[in-house]
Amino acid sequence: MTSILKPPVTHPSLPKNALGLTRRDYEGAMSTLCAGCGHDSVTAALITAFWELDVPPHRAAKMSGIGCSSKTTAYFMRQSHGFNGVHGRMPALATGANAANRSLVFVGISGDGDSLSIGLGQLCHAIRRNVNLLYLLENNGVYGLTKGQFSASADVGSTSKKGEANEQPPIDPVLLALSLGATFVARSFSGDKAQLVPILKAGLRHNGFALVDVISPCVSFNDHVGSTKSYRYTREHYEELAPVDFVPLRTEISAPQAADAVTAVRMHDGSVVRFRRTDDSYDPTDRDAAYAHVRRHQELGEVVTGLLYIDEGTRDLHALARTTATPLVDLPYASLCPGNTALQALQEEYR
Amino acid sequence: MSGVNDFAFKMATVNGTGSASANGLLMQAIFRMGIPVTGKNIFPSNIQGLPTWYEIRVSRDGYTARPEQIDLIVALNTSTYAKDVAAVRPGGYLLYDGSWPLDRELMREDITILGVPFGQMCVEAFEGDRTRTLLRNIVYTGTLSALLDIDMAVIEEMLREKFSKKKSLLDANFRAIEMGYEFARTQFSCPLPFHLKRMDATGDSIVIDGNTAAALGCVFAGATVGAWYPITPSTSLMEAFKDFCERYRVDGQTGEKKFAIIQAEDELAAAGMVIGAGWAGARAFTSTAGPGISLMEEFIGLAYYAEVPAVFFDVQRTGPSTGMPTRTQQGDFMATAYASHGDTKHICLYPANPRECFYMASAAFDLAERFQTPVFVLSDLDIGMNDWMVPRLTWDDAHRPDRGKLIPAAELERLAKFSRYLDVDGDGIAARTLPGVHPKGAYFTRGSGHDRHGNYTEDAAEYQEVVDRLARKISGAARAVPAPEFHLQAGAEVGIVSVGGCHGAVLEAVHRLKAQGIPVDYMRVRGFPFDTPVADFLRRHKTVFVVEQNRDAQLRALLTLETGVPRDQMTPVLDYGGLPLTARRVVDAVAQHAHQGTVA
Repeated sequence: MTSILKPPVTHPSLPKNALGLTRRDYEGAMSTLCAGCGHDSVTAALITAFWELDVPPHRAAKMSGIGCSSKTTAYFMRQSHGFNGVHGRMPALATGANAANRSLVFVGISGDGDSLSIGLGQLCHAIRRNVNLLYLLENNGVYGLTKGQFSASADVGSTSKKGEANEQPPIDPVLLALSLGATFVARSFSGDKAQLVPILKAGLRHNGFALVDVISPCVSFNDHVGSTKSYRYTREHYEELAPVDFVPLRTEISAPQAADAVTAVRMHDGSVVRFRRTDDSYDPTDRDAAYAHVRRHQELGEVVTGLLYIDEGTRDLHALARTTATPLVDLPYASLCPGNTALQALQEEYR
Repeated sequence: MSGVNDFAFKMATVNGTGSASANGLLMQAIFRMGIPVTGKNIFPSNIQGLPTWYEIRVSRDGYTARPEQIDLIVALNTSTYAKDVAAVRPGGYLLYDGSWPLDRELMREDITILGVPFGQMCVEAFEGDRTRTLLRNIVYTGTLSALLDIDMAVIEEMLREKFSKKKSLLDANFRAIEMGYEFARTQFSCPLPFHLKRMDATGDSIVIDGNTAAALGCVFAGATVGAWYPITPSTSLMEAFKDFCERYRVDGQTGEKKFAIIQAEDELAAAGMVIGAGWAGARAFTSTAGPGISLMEEFIGLAYYAEVPAVFFDVQRTGPSTGMPTRTQQGDFMATAYASHGDTKHICLYPANPRECFYMASAAFDLAERFQTPVFVLSDLDIGMNDWMVPRLTWDDAHRPDRGKLIPAAELERLAKFSRYLDVDGDGIAARTLPGVHPKGAYFTRGSGHDRHGNYTEDAAEYQEVVDRLARKISGAARAVPAPEFHLQAGAEVGIVSVGGCHGAVLEAVHRLKAQGIPVDYMRVRGFPFDTPVADFLRRHKTVFVVEQNRDAQLRALLTLETGVPRDQMTPVLDYGGLPLTARRVVDAVAQHAHQGTVA
């Protein structure tokens, strides 16, 4: 089966963003995932997020590993370079690419097998390095391409399509990221685009590693009764935290919703993430409280979603290493090679 | 036969006692006296306590191979006394710490035994255990200076350079040197029959190790991203790169760094970072050893198939598995030439000394970008970590990096459509684009089946078209890698093929065989894939010896696989115990064969 390219049909009435591009300009190849796959909804949300943020497609780099989720980098932004690498190793590729060219907007797409089993170490270290990257973990609790084995995010008691119950405790990427010092941690649901899009936009603008765990049901192997990653289970146990608005830098806030907003976090580029009030007053800048909140609801069998934690005061990979503001790829060779005079002088020390 | 400016001596000490700097001092002093010299550190995989040796070969003829006989041993490690005493050639000398009596069983009638109470002298002269231990090394340096006639002015000059800012240390070191020197002058007949005499043969040379030289080559090549995981014996390569970058690549005003060095969580990640950076357009590399190469194989296959430039320094050590991490070997020829699963073949460069490490490091980046593929530079522990005397390095300031077929934005703007894996001019190399440059340059990089446009495919013909082109591309690299080096003699029927760090020993052997009336032709391969002159050399000689440092004759296997010359027509000469090769090993193998030929 070869890839299917979508015909570039455009309608004159399609709305355009600040770059004069329509949503169609942010689309990619036709998805080859199963009809109804949660991942396709995430792809659609990404297209919206990039389009609404006016990111020039060729200034973005799409990185992924291997698996159903990792295929999706082909399904959006055909005018961006994409890199579908090896299983579980997307963080390393993204880290290297980011080291080389810090001016690109990086999005990494991974799944629960890719991130929590084979690539767990790489995920942890990318968090530690605070690589400037939106890291999407499309989480369905199952290995789809190999037809239905449990993944490391499967909950205890959740059953496979064949009826077998998982007995090993899951690895929760959100708790993991919080404990490792991640600077942006969110969880969402592929079926809730209204929540997902602003989270993705905030994650793209975050100056560091932004982990977004998206429950994204697998319609073929993990959407049955007994699964805790099905559409139905997720909807029934959905606990939306503070709903999020993302206010990009250029947008003028004409109708202040101050009465409704409890927290406004200013991003490094001047954009604002605004959290609307919920019943419990949740502080998304308190790491310990975020951890406790997620744990408390997990014990009740609930899936807490929303932008759970954000810290804009930290330094990313380049700030930590004091790399030049000019991307390394743009440095002229003459500024990199010390030249023969320096070489001769140096060699006096080797005599 | 030993003589003036032609002998070898060896220090046997305990790891972690500070002997390394004293030994380095000795070697450098001889170099500064204008005499060709080589130092080889034979050290344990240990921080403190295990035995360590340092061999210094003085060769007025400039031979750099490991010495075959030891004329003088400084035996300061009680745990290896027996072995060390036995290592001295008949008629040679043993210098030991006479603070305690030498075990009667360790005495030898056929050597001269010299006792100096190093320990006792230090106890009397200095305070503190650590100081006494460290200065004992300087005392024996003083004794050796007297025995071998090392110019004391040179030693003193070096100590002054080293301790210029620490007056108390300088005084203590001077005192220690004097003590050792005076003891020898008064107690022994100095100098020994073999000793040093000033020459003028090192003026155009430097003393440098291969890892430092390779790191310098990376700086000059314009490499900006280094990703690595610490592993002996390659660690000092990335550390040297960092030191040079801190020196040459930090903006004096802003403190901003024009490089990124990332210590990865493992070698898998290090390889991934290099490939990610190469894909984005930086010149990126990693330094590792055999165990790291094993872990990187998955990513190496990706870089080969997705056609991403990446440079891998493999400073080879003894395998398999952990092996002997501080011993040298050439055990990774096969593992690198065809690294990763599926059909792969990679460009490999084989430096023979630190000088070639410098130039081949630079060449590796050009080749990686020109052929858009992984390139391996296979050094080894002996080249990488030992100090070698090599001719001074020079750099052509007119040099510009070969970025290969890289399409700039303006050209993309004019292009109707860009296809990533299209072979336009028949050389097997397709043009590439970098992310962020132009919307028309976008393509999808993947390790999964793809057609010439970069699109996913499971179609047999489309898949084969790409992998067939890859085979053509890498074949073409044979003409671009460093050409073999030939040392030919009239009338030679015997050919020797060798590679990398064997070179010094083989060249010395060739000279000695010639002196014995056995002319041999010698070819040193310097790059892979092999170009036609390599096969021609094999076919031209009735008898071919392949000299290498591994058990399984890996270079011979590569030669057979790539040239079709039957393996039985090539006689392996193998040395794989972990120590650098000696010329005698090669001379014996060839001479024995020649002798048999005459008898038959």
